Amino acid sequence: MSTASRQFVQRAAVKAADLEHRATIERNIQTYDAAVARGRLRFADWEAARNACEAIKAEAICHLDRYLEQFEKNITARGAHVFWAEDAAQADAYVATLVKQRGVKTVVKSKSMATEEIHLSAALEKAGATVWETDLGEFIVQLRDEPPYHIVTPAMHLTRYQIRDLFREKLGADVPDADPQKLVAVARVALRRAFFSAEMGISGANFLVADAGMVALSTNEGNGRLTTTLPRLHVVVAGIEKIVPRLADLALLWPVLAAAGTGQPITTYSTLIGGPRCADEPDGPEELHVVLLDNGRTNLLTAPETAEVLRCIRCGACLNMCPVYRQVGGHAYGTTYPGPIGSIFTPRTVEMREWGHMAYACSLCTACKSVCPVKIDLPKQLLLVRRDFVAAGDVKPAENVGFRGFRWVVESARRFAAGGWLLRKSQAVVRALGFSRSPLDPMYVWTKYRAPMPVPRQSFRAWWRQHGRQ
Amino acid sequence: MTAMPRKVALFVPCFVDQVVPQAAVDALTVLRRIGCEVIFPADQTCCGQPAFNSGHWSEARPCAERFVRVFGDSECVVAPSGSCVSMVRTHYPDLLPVGPLRDDAIALGQRTYELTEFLVRIAGVNDVGASFPHSVTYHASCHATRELGIYREPLELLAHVRGLELRPLPAEGDCCGFGGVFSVKFGAVSAAMGDTKLANVDSTGAEYVTSIDPSCLMHLEGVIGATKRKVRPIYLGSILAQQQEAAQ
Repeated sequence: MSTASRQFVQRAAVKAADLEHRATIERNIQTYDAAVARGRLRFADWEAARNACEAIKAEAICHLDRYLEQFEKNITARGAHVFWAEDAAQADAYVATLVKQRGVKTVVKSKSMATEEIHLSAALEKAGATVWETDLGEFIVQLRDEPPYHIVTPAMHLTRYQIRDLFREKLGADVPDADPQKLVAVARVALRRAFFSAEMGISGANFLVADAGMVALSTNEGNGRLTTTLPRLHVVVAGIEKIVPRLADLALLWPVLAAAGTGQPITTYSTLIGGPRCADEPDGPEELHVVLLDNGRTNLLTAPETAEVLRCIRCGACLNMCPVYRQVGGHAYGTTYPGPIGSIFTPRTVEMREWGHMAYACSLCTACKSVCPVKIDLPKQLLLVRRDFVAAGDVKPAENVGFRGFRWVVESARRFAAGGWLLRKSQAVVRALGFSRSPLDPMYVWTKYRAPMPVPRQSFRAWWRQHGRQ
Repeated sequence: MTAMPRKVALFVPCFVDQVVPQAAVDALTVLRRIGCEVIFPADQTCCGQPAFNSGHWSEARPCAERFVRVFGDSECVVAPSGSCVSMVRTHYPDLLPVGPLRDDAIALGQRTYELTEFLVRIAGVNDVGASFPHSVTYHASCHATRELGIYREPLELLAHVRGLELRPLPAEGDCCGFGGVFSVKFGAVSAAMGDTKLANVDSTGAEYVTSIDPSCLMHLEGVIGATKRKVRPIYLGSILAQQQEAAQ
């Protein structure tokens, strides 16, 4: 059993008992639920839109190599540099080298989960740069020295009062009534200074458009455009699965991403970047670098049944819908990507033995599948991770023995009946002795959190023998 | 009604058989009342879902093979559970390797039904002559709804129960937190999800919470007991089995 697994179970139990946390998350996600319900109604046929998005992304992933090379060729022709990073270390080293060579002192970042995944900020700080998160939610969690809580809404777990206290402590700004507009104004003042001094801007990508050779960004706060136009250097870090074949595909993918992610018709800013500043353009960066990140993603292509995971557009809908995520929150998982998609993506791309346990933090309720805009069969993928986790051999020995015993019992109706009888009798004894709901109870895994199960006098099969035949 | 299969094989999930047998007895009562001849193949044990959901597929496969052997000749199989039917219909095709056995399993899955699905869709019955003069709220269980597509059938049946007052459950399709192996691997989270579910149940003020999945109810009963609530869980088939209380 990995350390990560033990920590997850402990943190999950703590959060499950934290009623204040539950109330905050429920309130925030209910706001989201209502917005998304309205967002879907803007589509004449939401199911048809999902099917079309699934087809677009499936095509892109099926011909990933071809479309990535097409993207590279087209964007390079306009003067951008493309770097293919096999893993986090290569990607970090590439950007860190740029920081050193170009004498970068200040870096501004717009929101990017790929850079979280490779811990880019830490690598750049080691290279001597100061890194500012400029997305408001990311800025808040950076001040708290925390990773993002959610892949779309990084500070979802905080109330405005907690943010007011944080700004008072870290920025010396006092907003007694915690008015959201005034809190935003505080952040804006701090961030403007960073924007005007930064030599490098780093963004992610929501889509990489192959036929146009362009990077597509969906943002809401305007920080994305400042990050990608003000500094001399712009670096894009994007997972290779962000590729889409055609510019025309964005006509559907942009609104679907917004609808599923936040319930908006389309995000406030939809930006296409085709290269560094041209000779006749008034602004834009002098250099544009695109880091195409594998970092384990191609593991998902080694079996046909897992390739669909790469269709993910990181809308966060499966997190919001997940009843487990809603109880334990984003930090309990201890990974960059939490929730249903994270519990598949992490073990597949990082390490199965270390992270496969995440797939068990799921009641297989399948709500995630019903909302995924690219129709990934998330419950099936979670089951496949469990299968491969067992095969990888890090399951507790007792569990392996238990399931071998299960098999032995259910392979015979007589043994099955005897096993059930033993269970009922032992529970009757445990109850008579008053050990129920104590660690001495063999069913303590169940009764620790619940009243004991009923103990019927006889099984159905025994009843049937006596009364069943008419 | 003429096309209704007369002969029905009762598939009793392992935990129903051993822990909540009344659900199967009540399902049997209802099936006989509408004129079915019901048999209980005594060689059945477990559909294999506990092992399958835990990732132990080689321990689950013999269960699927056994299920196909035991029920393969049945014209029609009915179970008092949505989840276990979904195991057969939805997951056996993933579990079994391509071959004749898998083909048989797929065909069998198409004629294996959850009780209310069978009553309304196959038998064409939405009034089974039940009487239950109580307020009830309905929990729409995960596998029955999203995997089997059973939404209206239980509600149609409840609408025809004499004296029953159905109170709509807020977020009726949210998970109760059971999840099989999940309920013990993440016991605290599972119980917290049950508590969230029951807070919605409380808000209806209903005397009973019902479901077509006895496994959800078994879990909710445990959480009700641990949180000292008054609402009572009852399997939907058990409501359908009730007739005039005076006659009980």
